[in-house]
Amino acid sequence: MRARMPDAVRDSSADPDARREAAEHRFAAEQERVRRAISVATPFISVAIAVLVGSLVILAAGKDPVAAFSAMFRGSFGGVRQIGETLLRATPLVFTGLAVAYGFRSGLFNIGAEGQLFMGGMAAAWVGVMVAGLPWAVSVPVILVAAGLAGAAWAFLPALMKARIGAHEVITTMMFSYIGRYLVSWIIAGPFKDKGAIPQTPMLPGTSQLPRLSDVFTFIEPNRAHLGIVLGVIAAFVVWWILKYTVLGFEARAVGFNPTAAQTGGISVAATTVKSLCISGTLAGLAGAVEVMGVHHRLFDQFSSGFGFTGIAVALLAKNNPIGVIAAAVLFGALSAGAGTMQLDADVSQKVISIIQGVIIFLVGAEMIVTWAVGRLRDRKGGDDAAQ
Amino acid sequence: MTADPGPVVCDLPETGPSPDPVLELRHITKRFPGVLANDDVSIAVAPGEVLALLGENGAGKSTLMNVAYGLLAPDAGEVLVDGRVVSVRAPRDAIALGIGMVHQHFMLVEPLTVTENIVLGGEPTSAFGVIDRDVARRRVVELSDRYGLKVEPDARVRDLSVGRQQRVEILKALYRDARILILDEPTAVLTPQEVNELFDIVRELVSEGLAVVIITHKLEEVMAFSDRIVVMRAGRVVGETVPSACDEQSLARMMVGRDVVLRVEKSPHQPGSPLLEVMNLSVLDDRKLPAVRDVSLVVRAGEVVGIAGVDGNGQRELVEAIMGLRRPTQGTITLKGRDITHDNPRRTIAAGVSHVPEDRHRRGLVLDFDLVENVALGDHRRPPFSRYGILDRAKLEQEARRRIAEYDVRTPDEHVAAANLSGGNQQKLVLARELGRDPDVLIAAQPTRGLDVGAIEFVHRRILAERDCGKGVLLVSMELEEVMSLSDRILVMYEGRVVAEFEGGAVTEEELGVFMTGGGRPGAEALGSEGTDA
Ligand SMILES: Nc1ncnc2c1ncn2[C@@H]1O[C@H](COP(=O)(O)OP(=O)(O)OP(=O)(O)O)[C@@H](O)[C@H]1O
Ligand SMILES: [Mg+2]
Repeated sequence: MRARMPDAVRDSSADPDARREAAEHRFAAEQERVRRAISVATPFISVAIAVLVGSLVILAAGKDPVAAFSAMFRGSFGGVRQIGETLLRATPLVFTGLAVAYGFRSGLFNIGAEGQLFMGGMAAAWVGVMVAGLPWAVSVPVILVAAGLAGAAWAFLPALMKARIGAHEVITTMMFSYIGRYLVSWIIAGPFKDKGAIPQTPMLPGTSQLPRLSDVFTFIEPNRAHLGIVLGVIAAFVVWWILKYTVLGFEARAVGFNPTAAQTGGISVAATTVKSLCISGTLAGLAGAVEVMGVHHRLFDQFSSGFGFTGIAVALLAKNNPIGVIAAAVLFGALSAGAGTMQLDADVSQKVISIIQGVIIFLVGAEMIVTWAVGRLRDRKGGDDAAQ
Repeated sequence: MTADPGPVVCDLPETGPSPDPVLELRHITKRFPGVLANDDVSIAVAPGEVLALLGENGAGKSTLMNVAYGLLAPDAGEVLVDGRVVSVRAPRDAIALGIGMVHQHFMLVEPLTVTENIVLGGEPTSAFGVIDRDVARRRVVELSDRYGLKVEPDARVRDLSVGRQQRVEILKALYRDARILILDEPTAVLTPQEVNELFDIVRELVSEGLAVVIITHKLEEVMAFSDRIVVMRAGRVVGETVPSACDEQSLARMMVGRDVVLRVEKSPHQPGSPLLEVMNLSVLDDRKLPAVRDVSLVVRAGEVVGIAGVDGNGQRELVEAIMGLRRPTQGTITLKGRDITHDNPRRTIAAGVSHVPEDRHRRGLVLDFDLVENVALGDHRRPPFSRYGILDRAKLEQEARRRIAEYDVRTPDEHVAAANLSGGNQQKLVLARELGRDPDVLIAAQPTRGLDVGAIEFVHRRILAERDCGKGVLLVSMELEEVMSLSDRILVMYEGRVVAEFEGGAVTEEELGVFMTGGGRPGAEALGSEGTDA
């Protein structure tokens, strides 16, 4: 197959000219690989720059950046317990990151993943109590399906409004996000409040919980990471597969790239929009479910620290690549897990983490800046080579 | 085809490079992955000269000019302006050096006005950096008067015909004091009249001392309007000549390396039963104004029905209505006796109608998709390409490779993004998908736009082959040549109506022209290209 390459351009034969060309083609392919590598490298470079900026801030505050970052590293990857904590915090971000990424791939900006996450969490908390008594292998899938549906339902109306009357999803999903949050606040303070003074839902029965990995695999040292991270990895591969190998994903991407051409090719843009936003909502709903089932085992007002919004940063950093989402989520999880250790051991405020996150989001969002900077560096290097 | 096209002999009087070139490209080499797009190319153009750059699709013409304009960085070679080596790293630099370029695909900001588009980036500002609209407008009017480039300075670009948009592009270059104007396939989207107007403008510019480089596939234009011709093939310059020393045949041979039949032979017309019937169809355009008014037509098996007309007289809306892309306000469309008036595009495609849209970037291709996915588009829901909603990637790739080979789409492999193909090869890709589907009815709008003469011959043969095996073809084209040589029947559309019908071969270009501008109808006012604006 590869051997066809030069032929398509020009008939190749055995003469030296053709061989020279074949070599040139190989060279050009090599160059392209370098170019692609730079594009892949952009997220890493962004992270590096963000760490640099964070270091400067720490320096400016009169603290030691090396100590700070090594404390942070210890806090996030220093041992099994710390790694578990990182994974725990990465888990909802994998799902919200996938949710936002799937939307982006279809040309939709699901900025309201947070609300869908709350609805998913609500469904999990409610159904989780309802199915008490059923065996684990039944209740967990049932809860997940319910939570996914709840998330999808919360994305459905904005999707319909977009498909029917062209209302922009950034506005509508955001509005629904607020509605969802306050609705959940009300439910857990009233109709579905647990006994006691605190507004929260009743505890899930054990059969409705996602067990800790260290409870399932007893050879692992005890830590808080739960089965949700495994589900997250599976979800990432499923999303990747959907995008690449199914008609659903093909149509979603076609609409995302060029709705007019998609329509001309027989794809219903409206139907695809609805489907894509609902899939996005499903993933966000699952984020709420794993957080409820794996961490808190109940729902309360503060159960999400803005996972839906951090998901946007995760998706951007991953360049909407589902597998990349796993890595980006782990990075954000590690930042959050290591922040406490950094504050304790190096006396550097946790706020530095927010700065680093902000810089990453800014740089990935403005990828052109990074590409430009790298291009400049390469040009200078190329110029030097030529001068020699 | 040989590996090395070698210099082509065309008995040309030794003209040599012009004495004082204003723009010179020396030994430009540019590689893309798997493609040597420019291989040690050198050309020069002098003030007051029109240089025609010819070559088959993918020969590297646009690449070369993009290098001159700073859009691409060459791997080797240098650019000289006024004899001095210059560094053109971005269009900004090119503009500062007096190089202006109008692209194959326009780059205007559609919601802005003509004046705004022209001054964009070089706005005259009053104190506090506020754009001085009056000054801007005055300068635009001045320029357009000076070169005879008539434009409406306050019209919104999105409301202009393509020909007018192109003038805006040219004015934009002139506004920045361009001394060298590069036009990449400027005539591909123009009506014959607009072409003449364009070349009047070009003559005016040249007489003022500008240097003009024109890329085109239309040999008669090259013969009529250029001073010098450079022919490229497979990334190299393979010949240089002047119009007086050549004819269209020899130019065609120089381009594609073989003899080209410029007008294909056609077997006698043997129409069968009606395939596509349109009855009393009325359709609105995007601005909700009537675009198609009470049109009826029939396409039978085994015939090519051509629609001639100036762009913007309802052809696009007619095609879109047939394809289910636009809802008619009145009338019916039937395919093989079945009513498809309200079918969506998917059903229409599945029913056996293929559609080559006039705008390959907007409608024809998903530029970010690779060739495989672009070939799949439209058939992706059907076996063998997919089953139960799951794509058969292996089948898709196999089919894509087959079509790429059959339609001679020049590409390193089937996994490159369609955006990376040359303009003509993108068009071939659309044709490979739509014709390769083996439709019962083919609706082709401007099917050969941007193709080289060799590819046009191939596509014309394919269209006639479809006809000969009992398919129906509805051909919409601005190329009267094309309509006349392929069609068994010709309909002329003017202001949304079919104003005349001819048997193929029973009409001259002049007669068609009269009807196309509303002349054939008593009392019809000749509105020309403004069409439905009235
Ligand atoms: N950005 C790109 N990336 C990769 N390959 C490219 C890119 N641009 C052009 N090419 C390749 O370079 C070759 C020359 O392309 P170019 O656009 O210069 O052709 P052209 O002579 O203008 O053809 P046409 O008449 O079809 O417009 C083609 O084979 C094309 O596939
Ligand atoms: Mg080109």
